[in-house]
Amino acid sequence: MNESLYIRRKTAFTLYEVALAKASDRQLLEISGEMGLCLNLEEMRAVRDYFAKEGRNPTDVELQAIAQTWSEHCYHKTFKGKIRIDNTIINSLFKTYIAKATKEINPRWCFSVFEDNAGIIRFDRGYGIAAKVETHNHPSAVEPFGGAATGVGGVIRDVLGVWADPIACTDVLGFGPLDYDYAKLPAGVKHPKYVYMGVTAGIGAYGNNMGIPTVNGAIYFDESYTGNVVVYCGCVGLLPLKKFRRNAQPGHVIVLAGGKTGRDGIHGVTFASAELTEKSEEVSRPAVQIADPIEEEKLKRAIIEIRDRELASAITDLGGGGLSSAVGETAKKFGCGAKVQLDKVPLKYPGLAPWEIYISESQERMLLTVPPENLEKALEVFEKEDVEATAIGALTAKQRLQLAYQGEQVADVDMEFLFKPPESMKTAVYATAKLEEPEFPEPANLTETLMTLLSAPNIASKESVVRTYDHEVKGNTALKPLQGENSGPNDAAVIKPLENSWKGAVISCGMNPNYGKIEAYWMAASAIDEAIRNNVAVGGRRIALLDNFTWGNPEKPERLGSLVRACQACYDYATAFRTPFISGKDSLYNESPLGPVTPTLLITALGIIPDIRLVVSMDLKKPGDLLYIVGQTFNELGGSEYYKLMGYLGKSVPKVRAAQAKRTFRAVTKAIDLGLVKACHDLSEGGLAVAAAEMAFAGGLGLRLDLRAVPNKQVSRSDFLLFSESNSRFLVEVDAKDKADFEALMRNKVYAQIGEVTEDARLIIQGLNGKIAVDASVAELQRSWKRTLSSEV
Amino acid sequence: MKREEIRVCILRVGGTNCDAETQRAFQELGVQAETLHVNELAKRRNLLDYQALVFPGGFSFGDYVRAGAILARWLSAKLDNEIRAFVDDNRPILGICNGFQVLVEYGLLPGFEGISEYPEATLAANIPQGYNCRWIYLKQENRGKCVFTSKVPAGSVLRIPVAHSEGRFLFPREKQQKLLAQLVENDLLVFRYCSKSGEYAEGKYPANPNGSFHDIAGICNREGTIFGLMPHPERAFYWWQQPDWTRQERMPQYGDGKLIFESIVDYLTKKF
Repeated sequence: MNESLYIRRKTAFTLYEVALAKASDRQLLEISGEMGLCLNLEEMRAVRDYFAKEGRNPTDVELQAIAQTWSEHCYHKTFKGKIRIDNTIINSLFKTYIAKATKEINPRWCFSVFEDNAGIIRFDRGYGIAAKVETHNHPSAVEPFGGAATGVGGVIRDVLGVWADPIACTDVLGFGPLDYDYAKLPAGVKHPKYVYMGVTAGIGAYGNNMGIPTVNGAIYFDESYTGNVVVYCGCVGLLPLKKFRRNAQPGHVIVLAGGKTGRDGIHGVTFASAELTEKSEEVSRPAVQIADPIEEEKLKRAIIEIRDRELASAITDLGGGGLSSAVGETAKKFGCGAKVQLDKVPLKYPGLAPWEIYISESQERMLLTVPPENLEKALEVFEKEDVEATAIGALTAKQRLQLAYQGEQVADVDMEFLFKPPESMKTAVYATAKLEEPEFPEPANLTETLMTLLSAPNIASKESVVRTYDHEVKGNTALKPLQGENSGPNDAAVIKPLENSWKGAVISCGMNPNYGKIEAYWMAASAIDEAIRNNVAVGGRRIALLDNFTWGNPEKPERLGSLVRACQACYDYATAFRTPFISGKDSLYNESPLGPVTPTLLITALGIIPDIRLVVSMDLKKPGDLLYIVGQTFNELGGSEYYKLMGYLGKSVPKVRAAQAKRTFRAVTKAIDLGLVKACHDLSEGGLAVAAAEMAFAGGLGLRLDLRAVPNKQVSRSDFLLFSESNSRFLVEVDAKDKADFEALMRNKVYAQIGEVTEDARLIIQGLNGKIAVDASVAELQRSWKRTLSSEV
Repeated sequence: MKREEIRVCILRVGGTNCDAETQRAFQELGVQAETLHVNELAKRRNLLDYQALVFPGGFSFGDYVRAGAILARWLSAKLDNEIRAFVDDNRPILGICNGFQVLVEYGLLPGFEGISEYPEATLAANIPQGYNCRWIYLKQENRGKCVFTSKVPAGSVLRIPVAHSEGRFLFPREKQQKLLAQLVENDLLVFRYCSKSGEYAEGKYPANPNGSFHDIAGICNREGTIFGLMPHPERAFYWWQQPDWTRQERMPQYGDGKLIFESIVDYLTKKF
């Protein structure tokens, strides 16, 4: 401890000055460590130089505020900074790839993107839809229930933070294998089963208690998630666009509303910007917040009323970085400074130092700016809902952040300095994995293979989790995550949010981490394709995307290299499909004693359907109907569930052929609009065989298929045709009477009729040699599918 | 009374979260439905301006003690007189899910001898344990006393979703057979969980989603004017809310839940 450098100011409360000017480089780094700032040497030097110019020592409040603002979590240094790769410099991944795609597509229906806590697109009748997906990996690793619950709470506040009323949640989770050997668990890493139980319970508890339906999601298992759980929490909201307010001015009062502030969630963001270690439990437990969904429910009611009565000029949530981020970013956005009296902040218990008050991440808090003449009315609204709200300061014309506590000035920092961290420069390399395509004979009994695949954790039914989430509350869920009596897995969820309109919002997602082990570029392209085709399969179109990155330490060049590749694919395929990104989030530094996380890009797709009466579900409807495959099957099983089952990764990762995919998507949408599609299901993990089995047991009917009819490029084995995970493909059920119409529509596309729906509830597939390759009762297939994660069967 | 004159009070507190869809269901039938915070009602003291009272679903006060317990005690402390007057006037009170829990905790249901000083039944933690959101089938058991099911023929089967973790209807074990007999005798039994074809679930999951005694899903009081049920009729109001609508060639205009709201409105138009 460099005690001599910490100078206690003579105040009735705890306040230190730090003599940075006198500190050596080594000491600067030590101070960064001792205070939990997570700032690197260059950044510490910039802070030292700034205060040298100011002619005084910084206070602990100032250092903490700067550290929060400059953290990876808040400032996204990696995405905004420079990256050197192959002798070229990328000036901001975000600008170069993500935002650029949106800018180039520039659709008229984007209302506000990348500006606020959530992206907003136009919906119908003057309403907009807001969407945001957050990562909450680090907290969930330390405290699964609390981490996941506050992840949901946080993303709901992001949506409230653009004046939208939350209408649906989506949650995508990644865990280690549930049968992970306890003996192999290093100290400080929790068993995947414990994490799985805690995270799913946390998500259910928050969404259910707040009364927001959890309608979409996925659960994925990967060895690398054992040490690095992946928790993506998303929320979709609805707002009347004319009530959207973003016009704060100097003099507007800063109001803090919601829960009280305590020591929970101190240093959450700096913690999220570092690797997890054995000590994370001990050191970082206070970084995980405590969830109180009922408080947020009340807060939501008050905010919606304040919105409707137009009482406030701006709003933001308190998430990572607490007041520090909320106050700083609000002032910055409106070209103001801010004055805040920290002693006005309502506390859970006394004894918090000013810096703790300023950076605490206690949950269920929102920050509003209110024109002085509306203050009383706004406070009344909160009071009516039993929500505490307090005026804690005001925006100022002077460009400084000034914080006071009990009459003492505890911080006074120039806004421009605060929001200008030294630019980060990182080095990346493209590393190509040395991989081989496996060689193994075709299994003699493919029925058995299909049964085993259906119980593979990534394919097996997630019903036992999905039913613990309320997906019906609000009564607007037109297409549910589980289809009908047999709980088939629908490709997307559809919400009908407006009473006087048939228009629906379509929510789906795509994620293929296993492909990333081969090539990050194709993983990203595949995730985009999967999210879009899931949306298209139920009738969605006019699709907006959200990107969420979970990666390892970006200081390591090859990790950063794969991130660059994924971003390139994001640009290439977003522009090719004309699907703009509207919001996103990254979580880096996902590393544990077991190694780095498998790079995992989640793409969430938000589409619309002009009339929910057009919506198509995935269950087979009627014997005698025809079954078509749409899209080309390739010999690309690298990273597939089938290879994994056989003990291989492989090399031939599925690619995305955008031009062909677009034609397929358009044709499917057209067929749905013309009412020619009775059922539609996308082909993903497990390929054709799994998709066909799911359609059959969801509908309680059989299928008779012939692999010889499946359009393909050089696929010479039945098992490869059955289980290839080539992108951009669908199975479509068509009434026999519509055969001519459907085929006319599909002319010049890659498609074929491959069989028909049968009364006899068996899945019978003829192999390439004309012999029966698969023959199983649908009930048996369903049992295999339900067995793995079900406590009921 | 004309439909458009009828006023339904939907009562909410922090944690109530099914008020909007419940209000929508009533409004769709042409009656006035207002959602009111309990603080507001306690201030205005105008419960008797309304002809019907509804406790919607949710997690009132977070259900941090026992589902529905805090709101029930809060109401009996602050609004007991109004509520008793409301009951005495045979004005209908509906409790859905958390609302049912509130009615039982308050002593309004089953109310064998009128409003009870202590809960006579309970809605315990589900077996199998945990939150469960699914569509189930209900058999209408009431012989005619319950005003909330006048439009639902006895013996008919309705399809409505449940979503709760504390919905296992129980009587004290030593009295359960006696109380069940009373329930049946006084025509307090309204809904039992059953299969699609109408066979009683006999406690078997998932037809009986929570392990309720005697497959009980909903009951009313002696007068048939207070009714509580765990399933959510407001989520089965429109055809497009149903889980299998994409399978149907032609869908009926509405879901089965609408019948319950219609029954209430029918009662109100005749009574007032």
